Amino acid sequence: MTDILDLAATNLLSPVILSFVLGLAAALGRSDLSVPEAAAKALSIYLLFAIGFKGGAAVAANGLDGTLIATLAMGFVLSAVLPFVAFVLLQILTNLSRIDAAAVAGHYGSISIVTFVAATSVLEGRAIPSEGYMVAVAAVMEAPAILSALWLVSTGGSGRRMDGELMREILLNGSIVLLVGSFFIGAITGAEGLASISSFIVAPFTGVLCLFLLDMGLVAGRGLRESRGILNMGAVAFGIIMPVIGSMIGLGAAMVVGLSPGGVALLMVLSASASYIAVPAAMRVALPEANPSVYLTLSLGVTFPFNLTIGIPLYVAVSQAVTGG
Amino acid sequence: MKTHKAKRVVITIEAIMQKRLTDTLEGAGVTGYSILPVLGGSGRSGAWSREGQISRASGMVQVVCIIREERLDGLLEAAFEVVEKHIGVVTITDVEVLRAERF
Repeated sequence: MTDILDLAATNLLSPVILSFVLGLAAALGRSDLSVPEAAAKALSIYLLFAIGFKGGAAVAANGLDGTLIATLAMGFVLSAVLPFVAFVLLQILTNLSRIDAAAVAGHYGSISIVTFVAATSVLEGRAIPSEGYMVAVAAVMEAPAILSALWLVSTGGSGRRMDGELMREILLNGSIVLLVGSFFIGAITGAEGLASISSFIVAPFTGVLCLFLLDMGLVAGRGLRESRGILNMGAVAFGIIMPVIGSMIGLGAAMVVGLSPGGVALLMVLSASASYIAVPAAMRVALPEANPSVYLTLSLGVTFPFNLTIGIPLYVAVSQAVTGG
Repeated sequence: MKTHKAKRVVITIEAIMQKRLTDTLEGAGVTGYSILPVLGGSGRSGAWSREGQISRASGMVQVVCIIREERLDGLLEAAFEVVEKHIGVVTITDVEVLRAERF
């Protein structure tokens, strides 16, 4: 246990995490520091392209093994099942309406790609190898949770509003297209392709991630500041307990599939993280009655900072302790 | 200079609903409109801002249409179909335009 806490404390002092803390503190202190919207968008495009490409190149270098399909299937199942766990926990801890609880639950089944990127950066920094195809697992885990959330609402008597257009928007949202597309480019071009652009996508990666997380800290801090009074103690407790429960379920799933220590840590991170890009957009279309302040504040203001500062180091340490990696 | 009476309809709506709204408007024969970004604001669902927005989920846009008065009801019925359950504001004001044939 002491080892786990030591590792967590060491990771907390990385430039990536401290950049996030700087953004969070600046926003909470009402500084006028801001990252222009277009710059933040460009940083996120860079990060998604780089992480997808590197994942694809890793698959090309190491070859595919039998665990790929099993891990993809497990990711799908996790994303579909986690909202039900979250929904039950919300009913125990909070007094949210069924629609609000279902919308929040959907966010916790889906994933935060930024948390995933930060986790891969921590693993790389500590030279812990992981399966390159975990990027594809992340993409698979984006959408099933949305269907589970809508099903939770429909069982409560309200009609679900999932149309073909919404399904297309979810499956072809920019993040998924870029992530999966760059993954395939990396897989097709392999080590040679990676070498030809590594000075662009490998060397500057951590620095760009620092700037992006500075912006994420600002966004999370602003959200927290403007949302005082929206979340009660039970909801905040959910935002911290649910990622830990999710990570434990992810740990079990990863052990069943037989992933490497790095892969175990990443599946734990994916199971622990909550969406704040794809799912909020889908919920605004499909469940407009649900209060966006509740799910955005929980996901972005509570769970994201928790995962980034305490969660990731904890999940990495636990995965190493369990797998002996 | 001679001016002509018209109606200016401003629909402030979530960015994620923009295409659904404009598709519906076009389906109702309203093919002329402008879309403006909204920098930020505060309402029943709390405060929000465009700056630093990482998701289109909580951003807003304004769809502005200027039409002849007799077409107003058709536009409003089409718009209501989309905005009924969503965050947003619909306002209608009297305006005057120079070239009536354009509306």
